[in-house]
Amino acid sequence: MKKTYKIDVDCANCANKMENAAKKTEGVKDAVVNFMTLKMSVEFEEGADTKAVMQEVLKNCKKVESDCEIFLK
Amino acid sequence: MSMNRKQKKNLIRIIVSASLMVGLIFVPVSGVLRFILFLVPYIIIGYDILIKAAKGIKNLQPFDECFLMAIATVGAMTVAVINDGDYVEAIAVMLFYQIGELFQSYAVGKSRRNISELMDIRPDHANIEVDGELEQVDPDEVEPGSVIVVQPGEKIPIDGIIINGNSTLNTSALTGESLPRNVHEGDEVVSGCINMSGVLRIKTTKEFGESTVSKILELVENASSRKSKSENFISKFARVYTPVVVLCAAALAVLPPVIMMMLGNSAHWGTWIYRALTFLVISCPCALVISIPLSFFAGIGGASREGVLVKGSNCLETLSKTKTVVFDKTGTLTKGVFEVTAVHPEIVDKNTLLHLAAHVERYSAHPIAVSLKNAYLDEKDECVIKDVEETAGHGVKANVNGNIICVGNEKLMKLSGAKPVSCRHCEESGHSGSVIHISRNGEYIGHIVISDVIKPNAEKALAELKRTGIKKTVMLTGDSEKAACAAAKKLSIDEYYSELLPGDKVDKLEEILADKNSGVTAFVGDGINDAPVLSRADVGIAMGAMGSDAAIEAADIVLMDDDPLRISKAIKISRKCLRIVKENIWFSIGVKVLCLILGAAGFANMWAAVFADVGVMVIAVLNAIRALFVKNI
Repeated sequence: MKKTYKIDVDCANCANKMENAAKKTEGVKDAVVNFMTLKMSVEFEEGADTKAVMQEVLKNCKKVESDCEIFLK
Repeated sequence: MSMNRKQKKNLIRIIVSASLMVGLIFVPVSGVLRFILFLVPYIIIGYDILIKAAKGIKNLQPFDECFLMAIATVGAMTVAVINDGDYVEAIAVMLFYQIGELFQSYAVGKSRRNISELMDIRPDHANIEVDGELEQVDPDEVEPGSVIVVQPGEKIPIDGIIINGNSTLNTSALTGESLPRNVHEGDEVVSGCINMSGVLRIKTTKEFGESTVSKILELVENASSRKSKSENFISKFARVYTPVVVLCAAALAVLPPVIMMMLGNSAHWGTWIYRALTFLVISCPCALVISIPLSFFAGIGGASREGVLVKGSNCLETLSKTKTVVFDKTGTLTKGVFEVTAVHPEIVDKNTLLHLAAHVERYSAHPIAVSLKNAYLDEKDECVIKDVEETAGHGVKANVNGNIICVGNEKLMKLSGAKPVSCRHCEESGHSGSVIHISRNGEYIGHIVISDVIKPNAEKALAELKRTGIKKTVMLTGDSEKAACAAAKKLSIDEYYSELLPGDKVDKLEEILADKNSGVTAFVGDGINDAPVLSRADVGIAMGAMGSDAAIEAADIVLMDDDPLRISKAIKISRKCLRIVKENIWFSIGVKVLCLILGAAGFANMWAAVFADVGVMVIAVLNAIRALFVKNI
């Protein structure tokens, strides 16, 4: 399953870091952060609880880049 | 100048801190008091950087820009405290850094808005008629089959068919084509076009989500998520670069003084630490990391403005390297519709022959019938047409004004008792189309040649491709050898393969791909039954694909209209974008490396370092924006 979230982040390098952090999160199969359109599309593992996984993703992203935001729907 | 709240706040911080700093230079104090006074502008401008650096260390993610800036400026402050010297430098470095950040965030925000505006073809409402009055509704809520009203100046929100009204449409947002298109009752229209003159009533054929405009938006919005090799290279580069620079800086601070001491000289710790700090300031990878995706984003945005939809940065990158272009013939290089190309009467005149043929085909919708009717425009006259009989695989027989007229192939002629005359015109001119014979009351009266016509721009497009440096052009077609040969000659195509079944096309393409001389191979098709070939090629280009979902799925590049000249345009756009990307990579890395060497050798002070950092970034961003302007290439 794939979902796209709006994000807010200031620099392109920070966006790369968010992407890596999201990829390493458990339950995430793949993640792509698009700095230009400020969007993060996350592909989840089969049967993952997307809400819980996204909370983890947000936490991990905050760790690498304190000044970022993911708008969870 | 429009800034968001964060940018305004930062601008104020920069101004306050800069004025405080300049003011303090003229305040005659010294020692601890001076330190405390200068600490105020430093904290104002740098507090967020320091906090972020501290958080980074706490989260074990220390190697980022904030960390570099924090170390460099705290280091400079410390050096200043020890010597009771120049605090201005540390503050100025922080100031320039923040100015650079502000500019970057402004420039990126601005180009993000510009590009999004360019691509803004999303209609905001649809008008439906309720009890004779127009009501604006969300296009999402309109069911297929509803009737919507589009007024002059509005965008057509949903694909459909005009049931009432005439108008001209501006399709430039979709196709890049600036000539307006005339539309009448019965015409199919696609969403995203702007209605320019008359009121149109349109019966929708699709849901909003399935309409052309939604498909295009989805495609473009997702485009920059498919990352190119250059972008991946840069993110990998940035990941190893920062730690390496920090280690180098540490080595620069420690090794030379230690070696000096071992050699018995004085260590000059201050000088080397200062150089190490300068080194750190220069090293920010920002210019690179920002300008590469921005270049691609601008390139994709500019291309979509020209009716070239690119599915991702990676597709743009591959397209720019294309060496071989393989074409499908029908619908790509030719119009894919039949037209009368020759009329050879035997005992009647040309006009009579066309007249009779068109009458017989009056009620038929066969492509051949349509072409005959198109060739004789005044078909709907007073002549009486009765007893129309269509025989599949033969042709049509009808009674026109009392005469039995047969229009069809040789088999039908035999049935009607007429004997086709072998035609010397046809042999001489080498016509390569289908021949339609006509007989009147069993007597042969002539034949008409119809063939698929080459698109007006096809020849120019092929020449243009050669000029842009495409090494080989190949044409694949299911048509007869004769037709293929004629077309290939006319268009000066290097190689052609004829009489291929759809499955054979994939095999042929495989052969071309396997040939090492081919290089990167693009396939151009109209997408109707090319989907497997499109997806197999290095770059699949679908032409005039408005409405063909399968082609949009399978292709990497979608050309909105069917003008073959757009192929070379797309290649030129991709080359320009990639050239800019390369310029930015080499320029940014080059200047950085140069400054790093100068900094290490002591020729660049911290001021120069900040200028190098911010300046390179500004130039790279401005250069990236150039990728947006592709109208006249």
